[in-house]
Amino acid sequence: MQQVPLAEGLFSWPPEPGKQPALIGGKASNGKIFFPYRRRAVIDGVREDLEKIELPRRGALWTFTSQHFRPTAPPYAGDDDARSFQPFTVGYVELPGALHVEARLTEPDPAKLTIGQPMELVIEPFGVDSDGNQTMIYAFAPVAEEQ
Amino acid sequence: MTEPDVAIIGVGLHPFGRYPGKSAMEMGEDAVYEALTDAGVKWEDIQALYAGSMEVKNPEGIVGLLGQTGVPGRAVFTGCATGATSLAMAANAIRLGDADIAIAIGLDKHPRGAFSDDPSVSGLPLWYGQAGLFLTTHFFGMKINRYMHDHGITSATLAKVAAKAFRNGAKTHHAWRRKPLSEDEILHAQVLNYPLTQYMYCGPNEGAAAAVLVRADRARQYTDTPVYIRASTLRSRREGAFELLSPSFGLDIVPGPTVEASKEAYEQAGLGPEDVDLAQLQDTDAGSEVIHMAENGLCAHGEQGKLLAEGATEITGRIPVNTDGGLLANGEPVGASGLRQVYELVNQLRGRAGDRQVTNPRVGYAQLYGAPGTAAVTILSR
Repeated sequence: MQQVPLAEGLFSWPPEPGKQPALIGGKASNGKIFFPYRRRAVIDGVREDLEKIELPRRGALWTFTSQHFRPTAPPYAGDDDARSFQPFTVGYVELPGALHVEARLTEPDPAKLTIGQPMELVIEPFGVDSDGNQTMIYAFAPVAEEQ
Repeated sequence: MTEPDVAIIGVGLHPFGRYPGKSAMEMGEDAVYEALTDAGVKWEDIQALYAGSMEVKNPEGIVGLLGQTGVPGRAVFTGCATGATSLAMAANAIRLGDADIAIAIGLDKHPRGAFSDDPSVSGLPLWYGQAGLFLTTHFFGMKINRYMHDHGITSATLAKVAAKAFRNGAKTHHAWRRKPLSEDEILHAQVLNYPLTQYMYCGPNEGAAAAVLVRADRARQYTDTPVYIRASTLRSRREGAFELLSPSFGLDIVPGPTVEASKEAYEQAGLGPEDVDLAQLQDTDAGSEVIHMAENGLCAHGEQGKLLAEGATEITGRIPVNTDGGLLANGEPVGASGLRQVYELVNQLRGRAGDRQVTNPRVGYAQLYGAPGTAAVTILSR
C-alpha cells in the first residue's frame, strides 16, 4: 500500500533522507506563525505571502482530552468501525517560539497524560483512502525517557 | 442605572425535550402564543419579527402558522448565541423606530447524537474532520482540563455543578432532564471527553421560546411588571484566544469573547457584578459553567470550588446560577436556548418562578457562548 499524507502540505512527506518529518507552517514578516501553512495572510492591514517553515518537533503538552465514541463518519476516516473503534486522545502542544498546535496523541489513555509533559512529533498510519492508499497523519507522542 | 429604552412585556416557551411528529415551527407557534398572551398583544400587532434556528433555514416562515400579515420577518443566526441576537435585533428595531412592538423567536429540532457535520460548514478543511478533530466536545474537555490545572478546580466541583443542574431541573416543569442525580453517579458515569462524564454535558434536543418587546416608555400600558433590557452585547473571538475548532492558536493568549462581551455589558448597563441577583450562564458542560462564573466577573478564577461547596450558586445562595437547570437540564435547541435564559430571568424578576423563586431579584444576567467562538451577554432588570 502506498503511504500518502491525509492532506497535502500539513507535514513534510516523504521525509528527506536523514531528516525527520516536520509540520509545515507559514511565517509572516513580523514573525507570526500560522498552522496549517497558508499562502497569504493580512498582517497589519497589508496582505503578504507567507514563508514556508518547519515547525519545532518537540513541545510541552498544553492540554488534552479523550474521545470515547467513534466520531460520525463521514467525515471521520479512521481505519476502524463502530466495533473496532478504540478511544483516542487529542491535545494542544506548545511548540516553542511558534504556536500551540492541535493534534491526535499516541497515548490513548488520558490517565497517563500530564499537562506540561514533553511531546514529540510522529507521523503514523491513520486510514485508507478511496484509492486504497494508506493515509498518514501527524500526532504527538510522549518523549521516551532517556536511559 | 442608565435609562432603559426597550422592555420585555411577555415571554413564552415550548418545553425542551423530544417530540416525535411535532415540527420546530409548531413548537415555535406554541411559544409565540404563550408570549403574546402574556404580553396581552395579538399577532397582528407585531411590527417586526426576528427568528433564529440552526436546523430550520427560514424560521421567519413561522408566519405561515401565526398569520401572514406582511410583517418584516428576518432570520438571524450566531451559533449558540442566536437567542441573544434575535432579542438584540428586535430591541434595535424598536430603538430605530422601525417597530413599536417586536418579537424575538428561537426554535430548533436537532437529530439525536452529538452535533456533527462536514468541516466546510465552519470554513475548516476536510482533513480536520477526517482526523476526528471536528468535534466541539473536545474543546470543552480541553478547556476545563487546562483550567483545572491553572486554577486548582477539582472534578468534585464539576459534579456539584451538574448535580445542581438536575436538582433545579426537578423544580422546573418545562425542563428535560428532571431526575436528580448524586455527585457520585455523575463523577463515575461514562467519560465522554476527559475529564467530562456523560452527565456533565448538555444534549442537543428540541424546543422553542419567544419574547415580546415594546418601547420602555409604553411598557406599563401592557403590564405592571415590565422587564427592561439594560445591556445586549456580542463579541467574536480575537486573535490569540483559545476557542472552539482551532487547528492552532498563538503563544500570547488573550481573554475569550465572554470576558469582552461581559465587560461591555456591565458598562452599557451602568452596573457591576455585585448588582447581579441571578445569572444564566452557558453550561454546555459543567466545566463551562465553572469557567463562565469567573469570565462573567461573578467570582475570581479558582474561587469556584469554594463557592460550589458552600452552595453560593444554589437558588437560595448568594448568586444563583441557572435556576432552571440551564442547558444541562433543559438540553440545547440552539436557536431557542438564549430565549429560554430570558424566559427564566423574566419570570424570576416578575416573581413567577414558583418553588424556584429567588428572593426579590432586581437584576438578571444571561450569557451565551458557542461556535465559532462567539459570546453574547444580556442584562435585564425590573
